[in-house]
Amino acid sequence: MSQTISLKSRLSPRRTLIDGAFRFFLYLSIFISLGMIFWIVSSLWNEAGWLLSWDLLTKYPSYDIDNAGFQSPLVGSLWVVGIATLVALPTGLLTALYLEEFAGKGNKFSRLIELNIQNLAGVPAVVFGLIGLAFIVRGFVKWGFTVGSAAAVIAMLMLPVIIIVSREAIRAVPPSYREGALALGATPWQAVWRLVLPSAIPGTATGSILAVSRAIGESAPLLLLGALSFVTFNPTGLDSPFTIMPLTIFKYASDSREEFQILASAGSLILMAVLFILNLIAIILRDIATRKRNV
Amino acid sequence: MSNDLQTKQFHTEIVGNNQGSAAQMNEVKSGPRIIDPVFTLEDVSVSYGKYVAVTDVNLQIPSNDITAFIGPSGCGKSTLIRTLNRTNDLIPGASVAGKVMYHDADLYDSKASAVEIRRRIGMVFQKPNPFPKSIYENVAFGPKVNGRPKKSELDEIVEKSLRGAALWDEVKDRLGASALGLSGGQQQRLCIARSLAVQPEVILMDEPCSALDPIATLRIEELMMELKKEYTIVIVTHNMQQAARVSTYTAYFVTEVNPLGDLRTGKLVEYDETKKIFSTPSDPRTEAYVTGKMG
Repeated sequence: MSQTISLKSRLSPRRTLIDGAFRFFLYLSIFISLGMIFWIVSSLWNEAGWLLSWDLLTKYPSYDIDNAGFQSPLVGSLWVVGIATLVALPTGLLTALYLEEFAGKGNKFSRLIELNIQNLAGVPAVVFGLIGLAFIVRGFVKWGFTVGSAAAVIAMLMLPVIIIVSREAIRAVPPSYREGALALGATPWQAVWRLVLPSAIPGTATGSILAVSRAIGESAPLLLLGALSFVTFNPTGLDSPFTIMPLTIFKYASDSREEFQILASAGSLILMAVLFILNLIAIILRDIATRKRNV
Repeated sequence: MSNDLQTKQFHTEIVGNNQGSAAQMNEVKSGPRIIDPVFTLEDVSVSYGKYVAVTDVNLQIPSNDITAFIGPSGCGKSTLIRTLNRTNDLIPGASVAGKVMYHDADLYDSKASAVEIRRRIGMVFQKPNPFPKSIYENVAFGPKVNGRPKKSELDEIVEKSLRGAALWDEVKDRLGASALGLSGGQQQRLCIARSLAVQPEVILMDEPCSALDPIATLRIEELMMELKKEYTIVIVTHNMQQAARVSTYTAYFVTEVNPLGDLRTGKLVEYDETKKIFSTPSDPRTEAYVTGKMG
């Protein structure tokens, strides 16, 4: 004897509606965020895409439109952010390791550090610029308006973000890895170095990409550190004067001549391309690291 | 009866220095007289902060044999096995009172190194915890952290350990494959192989089969019977049949509810040869447990 079974949905119209509305808002959010990027890039492209050429990367900033380009600001940005990353990444990772693995949990001192780091992550960038101006450019360090001062300030800006994301990544490593390693006679340091750190790298990398991307677009603190100047040569060391992409773009954009405004748009495209390439490299490195762990 | 015995022991004076207490050991006895024990526990209590997890444990663990800890949940058997290689040190607030002797050395002596102890006394955990590395690298991990073996030596150790854990034939063609791709039972045997690779004297197993199916369990049990020829094994198990099948000695623990509050404390009820525990236990609580009237 067979029974008739209806498999038709028995959801009330209200639930069906809510379900549909939820889906709609999800798609809407995706559309808004992707749409914004598309809109920005396409309007820049329409305005200045035709101007893009290698010439822009070989010419230096100038008041003469025929000779104006982006070489020194591009190289300057790469110097500043590159050195800042070299300093902030290991320091941040080691700080996170210390806080997660070696500082006593719930100990007052480490909680104080934690609170401070979270606060630092929220401090406006321009405040870091002021500190840099007072203590690094002038003050006791007296490095002047140089790549070194700028890299130091950008490193300070990146540190809290790197520390916070690295801690999250380290915390996500299963405790059973540590236990297993220690049960084999590994020292706590060996367990961290050989197991915890490699497992935490993908997560740390993601956060660091974010920090680097933010740093390369940062302009406010560097405004105070002498980046808003016409520098018509590439930096050669930590003690060189420098300028950076965002501020050069700003300077071109604030010129009254229309050609310079188009040039500013071309600069924005270059900056976005650099950002895109850096992210791509970081993602590829992260994937290699992840795959190596899962051979 | 065993309660009286324990009270008596509680009042027994423990001689402070090592030689003296080694002599004393043969007199302190709970259950079987064990010649040349690997571990001697005297009035051991383990606490987490104010909470006493297990208390008044006196027992001796023989070498080249399998000793099982059984009892209901919360009776402190896992806590106790973790004190035997100082894995409990990793839990904040954990403290051990009484004496835990490994041969004639005090495991909790201030000069004793937890790293050295854990190399000699290996541990296999409840949930298989292979590292996210290749099968080869998992086994090679211990030898690598304990020295810098040559590649050829390492190959030999890896093969010997995998053979020792009855896993070699299944994995010899894919030593470079990720350990995470093995089945649960294979992963657990890999963890056993991993601990064999550092040539410990003792292997502690904390419910090694509780995450495995009956066939994988059987294989691990066969392996344990094989391993006891060369190693001393202590196993915590929830499975009474398993204790009866593999162990020579069995310690039965109960959970006592503290009259002052609702805190639970584990106590050793009876420790004897397994066949006696399962046929003619001297304590009625043991009998109720092993015959299935309780637990």
